Amino acid sequence: MADNDHRVLLIEDEEPIRRFLRAALAAKGYRVAEAATGEEGLRLAADQPPDLVILDLGLPGIDGQDVLRRLREWFRGPVLVLSARDQEQQKIEALDGGADDYVTKPFGVGELLARMRTALRHASPQAAEASVLSVGEIRIDLATRVVSRAGEPVHLTPLEYKLLVLLMQNAGKVLTHRFLLREVWGPHDTHETHYLRVFVATLRRKIERDPAQPRYLLTEQGVGYRFAAE
Amino acid sequence: MAPDRPNPDELLAVLKAEESQSKKGKLKVFFGYAAGVGKTYAMLETARHAKESGREVVIGYVEPHGRKETEALLDGLESLPTRPVEYRGVVLQEFDVDAALARHPDVLLVDELAHTNADGSRHAKRWQDIVDLLDAGINVWTTLNVQHIESLNDVIGQITGITVRETVPDNVFELADDLELVDIAPEELLERLREGKVYVPSQAERALESFFQKSNLTALRELSLRQTARRVHTEVESARRQRSANVPWATSDRLLVCVGPSPTTARVIRTARQMAAALDAPWVAVCVEKTGIATDPAAKQRVVDHLRLAERLGAETVTLTGNDVAETILDFARTLNVTKIFVGKTHAPRWRRVLWKSVVEDLLDTSGEIDVYVIQGQEERRQAEPVPRAARHIQWRDSLAAGGVVVAGSLLAAWLHDLHVAEANIVMIFLAAVAFVAFRFGRIPAIQASVASVLIFDLFFVPPQFSLTVHDTQYLFTFAVMLAIGILISTLTARLQTQLESGRQRERRTIALYRLGKQLGGLTGDIFLLGAAGQHVREMVGGEVAIYLKGDGGNLVVMFGEDTSITKHALSGPTAHWVMTHDQMAGKGTDTLPSAIALFFPLGGSQGPLGAMGVRTEGTDWLLHPEHRQWLESCASQLALALERDRMTVAVGDARVKAEAEQVRSTLLSSVSHDLKTPLAAIAGASGSLLQSDSPTEETRRELLETISDEANRLNRLLENILQISRLDSGAVTPNKQWHLLEDIVGSALHRTRDALEQHSVTVQIAPVIPMICVDGLLLEQALVNLLENAARHTPAGTRIEIKSTLDGASLVISVADDGPGLVSGSEEKIFDRYYRGTPGADSGRGSGLGLAICRAIVKLHGGTITAATRPDRGAEFVIRLPLGDTLPPMSVAHLTSSTG
Repeated sequence: MADNDHRVLLIEDEEPIRRFLRAALAAKGYRVAEAATGEEGLRLAADQPPDLVILDLGLPGIDGQDVLRRLREWFRGPVLVLSARDQEQQKIEALDGGADDYVTKPFGVGELLARMRTALRHASPQAAEASVLSVGEIRIDLATRVVSRAGEPVHLTPLEYKLLVLLMQNAGKVLTHRFLLREVWGPHDTHETHYLRVFVATLRRKIERDPAQPRYLLTEQGVGYRFAAE
Repeated sequence: MAPDRPNPDELLAVLKAEESQSKKGKLKVFFGYAAGVGKTYAMLETARHAKESGREVVIGYVEPHGRKETEALLDGLESLPTRPVEYRGVVLQEFDVDAALARHPDVLLVDELAHTNADGSRHAKRWQDIVDLLDAGINVWTTLNVQHIESLNDVIGQITGITVRETVPDNVFELADDLELVDIAPEELLERLREGKVYVPSQAERALESFFQKSNLTALRELSLRQTARRVHTEVESARRQRSANVPWATSDRLLVCVGPSPTTARVIRTARQMAAALDAPWVAVCVEKTGIATDPAAKQRVVDHLRLAERLGAETVTLTGNDVAETILDFARTLNVTKIFVGKTHAPRWRRVLWKSVVEDLLDTSGEIDVYVIQGQEERRQAEPVPRAARHIQWRDSLAAGGVVVAGSLLAAWLHDLHVAEANIVMIFLAAVAFVAFRFGRIPAIQASVASVLIFDLFFVPPQFSLTVHDTQYLFTFAVMLAIGILISTLTARLQTQLESGRQRERRTIALYRLGKQLGGLTGDIFLLGAAGQHVREMVGGEVAIYLKGDGGNLVVMFGEDTSITKHALSGPTAHWVMTHDQMAGKGTDTLPSAIALFFPLGGSQGPLGAMGVRTEGTDWLLHPEHRQWLESCASQLALALERDRMTVAVGDARVKAEAEQVRSTLLSSVSHDLKTPLAAIAGASGSLLQSDSPTEETRRELLETISDEANRLNRLLENILQISRLDSGAVTPNKQWHLLEDIVGSALHRTRDALEQHSVTVQIAPVIPMICVDGLLLEQALVNLLENAARHTPAGTRIEIKSTLDGASLVISVADDGPGLVSGSEEKIFDRYYRGTPGADSGRGSGLGLAICRAIVKLHGGTITAATRPDRGAEFVIRLPLGDTLPPMSVAHLTSSTG
């Protein structure tokens, strides 16, 4: 597999989780380094910088959020966090604190691998320079600012266009409300999430075939939005 | 401040230490008939024996009176230090009750039960100290002479001619668990006296000389022997009663003693008390407030003193109002089933007794089945109390006014006389004047007016004029009538007024008490109950009120009247504490902690003390009146009951909540243990077979792995549901409400359930008029997910699921319907219960039984409702109704169109 030369650092205190992840990741050709505590993880990351970090938020000793903060002081590569379902606030905090994505425990290996692929793809330099974005039937030509669905042009307002571009550039990755608001409206309106909801709704009416059962523009309830990757 | 004033903090600490000792100590009394019989000696000797046999014996206070034999016995026994107290320039050594409580020995020796403590001590009397010691669980040995027993006091006074001031209430004497009679023959005692072996204080030598007569001593000895014998008899009786409950218990006597202002009443009370004790009968002291008598403050004070004496001797005291004393007493006696009435002999002059029947005679005539005992009273010497100046002043003014009225009448009479009006009519003028004075100014001015009228009439209108000689004897009759009418009217008026006044006051208090009860009945919460009661009492008393309540740590906390002078006074806290722990009144005007500035009443509930209420008035007189004290006690107990009821209600509520929680927990446990074990068993089994079989076929391997995966998912769902319902139940969830678009929430719910709904077709219809809704998106999504999963689970593959949303007035209606088999009839409500499973068929094991319960909890959290029904055509329908607020999210055009990027 193409992934097989990637180095993954797994920071997780639970041995059973480490064990099955080690097996699953190794089976896909990843090289895995493991740490059971935040301190050990930071040391390992400094020793030999990994291509991707999988970080559990509920660590003993220094807490996952702190590990993330200290890691982000110098580490630019993607970080995936593992969290429990009811910890929406923690997820948002981690995402706003520099995590690239999250996976909710318990998770399937397939889901994790997909997220890892997305994160690694976004981290690679050539991805940002594409002049055409396309997911499924949706296509944006950044040079001509033309949006089309299945070849039919879709008319968007400038704000909708900006939102869609942002989402598609990060396809497969969750974007928090706060991030989207900051990027689209500027740094002052990061709490007015209902504007964002209205825009997402109108955008869905324009690009989705059934806005009530969206295929592309997915809601991560309580966290933000994710544009389907493929 | 006097140096011997007890330090409140120390007092409090000691009081607390006392409180911790719940077991009462035993009282042993070495009882003798006179000084010198050897009580102290006997007590010390017994103490030495006890010490030798290993008991912890400590001397609290022993007065050896300089006798060598006694002093020798003190050797080797631990003695507590005494407390020096300065009294009129002399330093006295007093028993230190606080030190004794702190030392807390097994047995404590305290000489002279009847001793009066120096000013500034905790209690006025030593017996009160001893009661405290007993309450603290210390066994006390003490000594007592027979003449100090309260009820025998006057009998002995009569015998010996010496009145003993230091007395011990009979019930304290009866507290003694053990009575040891120390007895020697009077001859021997006299011999010891001659030898100088009996301590005689020099200043009392002469008095004691007459006391130590053989006849006196023999009488006292007899009394002491009789007291001891009576106690032995009582003990035998009670033992007999304990052994067989069926032995007839003859007396059901109830005694009533009439209390009046007469100084002889005290003896009547003591006699009644003796009889009550002998019969083991309850007794009540009754005073009848009547005209004339009640207006005299000195007499009123005597009545109060007598009632207090009766109270001290263990009687219940009652004040009645009535015109006819005998009738009032008998009415009361009959309602109480009194069997014996005690009344003092009246000392009215013979002529009066011929004219009016005395109360005693009235009683004897009308008592019927009740025995009446007439007791020869004996006057107790007392200091003459000066009549208040103000009263005298008022009488002078009244007399002057009466003179004015008589003069006016005389002038009118003179004018009529000049008009030659008949003398009979002129007499009428004077009579009218006397009647008016009597009505307006009372008896004394009326008598003065009568005399003046008669003199003026005689001097100026009856021939010969200007002379007091009366020729016609008819006029003598006129004088008599005038005088009689004056006295009669004034008496009647005075009686009416006093009756009216006392009736009014009593009514006011009764109404106040009733109102208090009613008010407290409608309140809950300590603060409100205390506030209502405190204010009420303050209004009625016209003074200050402070209420202390026992806090969580057992400390007293001021709950009402924080800024009164009561709470600021250093002794108030300790007094309140004493009152609470002993469930007795104390403070100003009592014998316990009399230096406190307020009188404290216990708030005694049926489960134990709750606190104390302190009341302070301008003077102490108001508080000294037994009736007022009773009223305040009633208020305090009403408050205590209300507090207790309130706490009980809270406790019952808590208990019910706890019981319900317990019920839920046990249901959860029984259900969860099964639900958790099933998937675990499957996972363990499947993984076990995978590990054990050497070369499973691809098909078997895949099947086992799918089992593991499915069961793990199921376990996860179950755990999540359990966690969620317990979070919702515990109230830990506060909805994070934000403005949402319903279609967004429906969309994400469908996205989350896409795997479960793979085999079903879903349609969504959301009316375009639906505005943004302010909800917790995650929770509402969860509710929809649960409904969708529920639909997927209970309908066969290929079933259509419809999500519809419309507006109904101010409510948002979301319905999730399917065209599956529908609900089991009658289960529409039950399916929302925890661990209820809709179809008991093959699929029933797959749900957690919590999904719909979670739905309902979430909808409830948003103030909405959820219902389920079978649709008329086919399938089940779940309907959520959420109230829409009347506000809409703030929207600015700028935000919708412009971008800063």
